[in-house]
Amino acid sequence: MIKSLQARHAPLADTGYQLTVLTEAEAAGARLPAFGQKLRETGLLPLRPTALQTMQINVGRMCNQVCKHCHVDAGPDRKEIMTRETMQLCLDALARTDIAVVDLTGGAPEMNPDFRWLVEQISALGRRTIVRCNLTIIVANKKYHDLPEFFALHKVQVVSSLPHFSAGRTDAQRGEGVFEKSIRALKMLNAVGYGQPDSDLTLDLVYNPSGAFMPGSQAGLEREFKQRLGREFGIVFNSLLTITNLPVSRFLDYLLESGNYEKYMQQLVDAYNPTAAANVMCRSTLSIGWDGQLYDCDFNQQLDLLVSGPAPKHIRDFDEALLQDRTIVINQHCYGCTAGAGSSCGGTTA
Amino acid sequence: MESTYYNPADLAKFGNITDWQPEMGNKFFAYYAEVFKDGALTEREKALIALAVAHAVQCPYCIDAYTTDSLQKGADEAQMMEAVHVAAAIKGGAALVHSVQMMNKAKELSM
Repeated sequence: MIKSLQARHAPLADTGYQLTVLTEAEAAGARLPAFGQKLRETGLLPLRPTALQTMQINVGRMCNQVCKHCHVDAGPDRKEIMTRETMQLCLDALARTDIAVVDLTGGAPEMNPDFRWLVEQISALGRRTIVRCNLTIIVANKKYHDLPEFFALHKVQVVSSLPHFSAGRTDAQRGEGVFEKSIRALKMLNAVGYGQPDSDLTLDLVYNPSGAFMPGSQAGLEREFKQRLGREFGIVFNSLLTITNLPVSRFLDYLLESGNYEKYMQQLVDAYNPTAAANVMCRSTLSIGWDGQLYDCDFNQQLDLLVSGPAPKHIRDFDEALLQDRTIVINQHCYGCTAGAGSSCGGTTA
Repeated sequence: MESTYYNPADLAKFGNITDWQPEMGNKFFAYYAEVFKDGALTEREKALIALAVAHAVQCPYCIDAYTTDSLQKGADEAQMMEAVHVAAAIKGGAALVHSVQMMNKAKELSM
């Protein structure tokens, strides 16, 4: 298993250095237009929030996997996790809003010892929970084997990464043996009703490319995944969400190491889609870090780009009106969400 | 003229073929786009066919483009290599099936 950039003391573990790489196009040998310039040309600058719909909480960077493309630089060697006190601050803020959906991410969110408590509290507030489950956590340890039943009890929407229906391409991105474990976990989720035709338990899969290329058609890939996973493993699921890899953290490291950085960025820039730009998820999401700090999205969070201006910077100071009045922080990585059919935690946007 | 016949940067200039004959060029690209849409065959199947043909016609631009396209459409390495084997089998078969002519001729000339 590879180590996180942080554990390796890699230069890219420094978010300031990542931003330098992203913004100093000349240093990387390429000349790419500033993302803000593209937004201006399409009438979207400054980028402002629309109605706040989702609270996305990153409950920690601890993970049982070390995926090559992880923008969080998560792994077993990361110890930063959200405390119950900070979770309570998130719940207090949630209770003061009409936000309908709480999206729990990580790392492996289930590894946070207060994860189940948090889901129960969100349910008690009558809000819907999405968990970004890496699947293998379910079979990683006996104490996680009942996660499917727990998810079902709280009608949690499970969104799980599976970059391919073949073991080779999945393991190349997510680690040796991940495919086989993911299949086992998917069968356990199916067994309690997830993804089944007449069930209200939603199981979505996330496809992100295992390499330096953009995702193909979401509908086409969904059809392929359904056929192959159904035929070969008897697995069912609801929707496939395609997500473009953003040049942040370990995926940025991969791009630079493999010599694909310039070409990949050019591909994203060439595929800039104003409709996708208008629908970027940061406009309707509030992202909260493990320590309670506030960001426009999980990518900005991993680049330490806090919300801008007079908007509160920590969930303890949550003020929806001030947050809604902010200007969203952008940088070159944002091209990843606006390329082609667009990309968000909910799949395509255009 | 370049120092080599093939330059990877030229692939991105494919669209420029409309410069000197826009009507025909545009019609070609409209047709091209139509061909690769999801239809009776899926986009992935079409990408794999294109990849196989790219090898048969030995076009480095097409190999570059359709390797990327096949990956984007969800194909994996095994599928891509099998597609190339289909091209190789047809090319090999095309050579070998002509040996029937050779055999016919040889028999005609021989005692």
